[in-house]
Amino acid sequence: MALGSFFSKLKQGLSRSTQKLSESIGAVFTRRKLDEDALAELEDLLIAADLGTAVAARVIASFRRSRFGKEVTDQEIRQALAEEIADILRPAARPLAIDPTLKPHVVLVVGVNGTGKTTTIGKLAQQYREQSLRPMLVAGDTFRAAAVEQLQVWGQRTDATVVTAPPNSDAAGLAFDGLTRARAEGADVLLIDTAGRLHNKAALMEELRKIIRVLRKQDPAAPHSVLLVLDATTGQNALQQVNVFKEMVDVTGLVVTKLDGSARGGIVVALAEEFGLPVHAVGVGEQAGDLRPFDPDEFARGLVGT
Amino acid sequence: MFEALSGKLTGVFERLRRRGALNETDVMEALREVRLALLDADVALPVVKDFIAKVRERAVGQEVLDSVSPGQQVVKIVNDVMVEALGGAGAVGLNLNAPAPIPILMVGLQGSGKTTTSGKIALRLSQRLRRKVLLASLDTQRPAAQLQLQQLAERAGVGSLPIVAGQTPLQIAARAMETARREVYDVVILDTAGRLSIDAALMEEVKQIRFATNPAETLLVVDAMTGQDAVNTAKAFNDAVGVTGIVMTRMDGDARGGAALSMRAVTGAPIKLTGSGEKLDALEDFHPERVAGRILGMGDVVGLVERAAETIDQAEAEKLARKMAKGTFDLEDFAAQLKQITKMGSLSSILGMLPGAAKLQQQIGDANLDQKMLRRQAAIISSMTAKERRTPDIIKASRKKRIAAGSGTTVQDVNRLLKQFDDMSGMMKRMNKLGQKGLMRHGLSALMPGGRRPF
Repeated sequence: MALGSFFSKLKQGLSRSTQKLSESIGAVFTRRKLDEDALAELEDLLIAADLGTAVAARVIASFRRSRFGKEVTDQEIRQALAEEIADILRPAARPLAIDPTLKPHVVLVVGVNGTGKTTTIGKLAQQYREQSLRPMLVAGDTFRAAAVEQLQVWGQRTDATVVTAPPNSDAAGLAFDGLTRARAEGADVLLIDTAGRLHNKAALMEELRKIIRVLRKQDPAAPHSVLLVLDATTGQNALQQVNVFKEMVDVTGLVVTKLDGSARGGIVVALAEEFGLPVHAVGVGEQAGDLRPFDPDEFARGLVGT
Repeated sequence: MFEALSGKLTGVFERLRRRGALNETDVMEALREVRLALLDADVALPVVKDFIAKVRERAVGQEVLDSVSPGQQVVKIVNDVMVEALGGAGAVGLNLNAPAPIPILMVGLQGSGKTTTSGKIALRLSQRLRRKVLLASLDTQRPAAQLQLQQLAERAGVGSLPIVAGQTPLQIAARAMETARREVYDVVILDTAGRLSIDAALMEEVKQIRFATNPAETLLVVDAMTGQDAVNTAKAFNDAVGVTGIVMTRMDGDARGGAALSMRAVTGAPIKLTGSGEKLDALEDFHPERVAGRILGMGDVVGLVERAAETIDQAEAEKLARKMAKGTFDLEDFAAQLKQITKMGSLSSILGMLPGAAKLQQQIGDANLDQKMLRRQAAIISSMTAKERRTPDIIKASRKKRIAAGSGTTVQDVNRLLKQFDDMSGMMKRMNKLGQKGLMRHGLSALMPGGRRPF
């Protein structure tokens, strides 16, 4: 995949989401100098991008210190804002590194309902295939109707084995069987899908912990990665989601999906600031190739429209 | 569902309540807090601005009476505006005033819960209204989506359109309507693929489907966790297909649910239904006045009573109430009550309906207290002798050991249950003293030991 096409695709996804934000910034800052009113409006714009009131206030506070009362051009404001946001995001940009010596590197994929866990697993499997790694998939969502079949389609597309169990069977037992099989067949990566669950359902969260406990009977270091898949349209509740999942199952990284929509994904900035968890990848479409590494500068520039 | 927002606003108004007469500065300060609370609750910025402007307009224009608490006055205005913004009093049902087969079109973003909601609506229409429902999936995008709807149809006991590979969504829609006419279905639910509001090609496709089928209802399905983007999505879908109703899903989560306000404001379409769980019967009518009450920390008492009325054995409840009044409530009754509560649903969802219980609910969530725990407690009580249940005071060390062994729990569990029962009896005594009126006025906090506010 050429680098150019990657940027254009990401930009295409991000540009629409940020069009309004950048238009509004342009409207605000070509007209006047950076006074209290302008700062308040800028803060509103950040809030409207889902950064949240606290993070928006912090960014604005920094602006007030350095640029208050100055005559600023539209371009300067955008650059400064992008830098400010990129600074927050930069520590989070760490790709998911698969350790080929683990055989398999076990990746548990978790999240609330409808964020795109299964699709993300399909895309990851495709990427590992292209890297000449052997992925194996575990259809751990034994609850939702046709979730297994959905993953099986991805298995066929990526020529990866999909370990399944009958509906409503124990996901932990299935994960255990999956790991046994992956070890026996020498798979490089074991991607374990799980049923979507709301983080405030204690019993369902306990089920996830059980999956981990059972995996550790075979490999005390498993799962080597726990990915939380987050929907970019999610608002401030994402903070609570990450908080609870992190506490319950020790999330090691995030994948942010649906960034090709009109949602601006500003919550990622709040998440980076609050938790410092790596953002391993972003999803910008439904096709196998639409999972991209997270580039903080690109993301920040896209957000403010430079 | 709106606990966090309730909590914040409760805090703001508590402060107002404690003061004497309100001046304009106070109102402005309170409204700033309301603004922040609404934003943190994911109500979209333009909607928040309108909301605040409306409240200010009404609050400032109104004469402040010395006799009533000024805080209460503002609370009432905020509440009124909130109810209006959510659609006014009363629930709005699905519009089924059309010649059969009545098409219902489901639209929304990916992962908002369209397919599950389709199954839920099918179950509701077939069970409550005895309609013959056909489910048809037009989702040719996501792998196995059609199969998912077919399986849901089986669970709901309704018809589903046979899957024909290779057809376009428009062709499937036509086939669904044709099948429904031929096989005399009352309602056809057309579940479409999730699409982004900015995806021109897919939006054009859903427009064509809408044009071809002329649905009686075009329902926009929205995740309650949605952030500021709610306005963009709502606007795009409304412009393209003319949304007639909104379904908010995942109301059983702890998202603050501000998207409900945003969606309603942008589309002008009523929120008709809410989804609050993965089971097919977890679909409820949306009552603006109740949800507004919850947002403002006043609780959804009506909802609680309704839920209770549906599930609780009336005779049994009256017997319990008499015993409570007399103060002769024993462990036997406690067990009966646990059983009733288990029937009503998870404890945390019940607590969410009580005034001022939002924080308590969170604590309970943290403490992992739920169905499992209720079952365990029931087991402990079942392991007691009849005498022990009537006079729990006689349960000492060796009895505790026996009970723990019998119920597969530990002595600590037994102790915890006895302590809880003790607290509860104490609570009942206070409740009797306070009377119903006191409970409504002070909320749960009046029941706490020492009358102290626990939150």
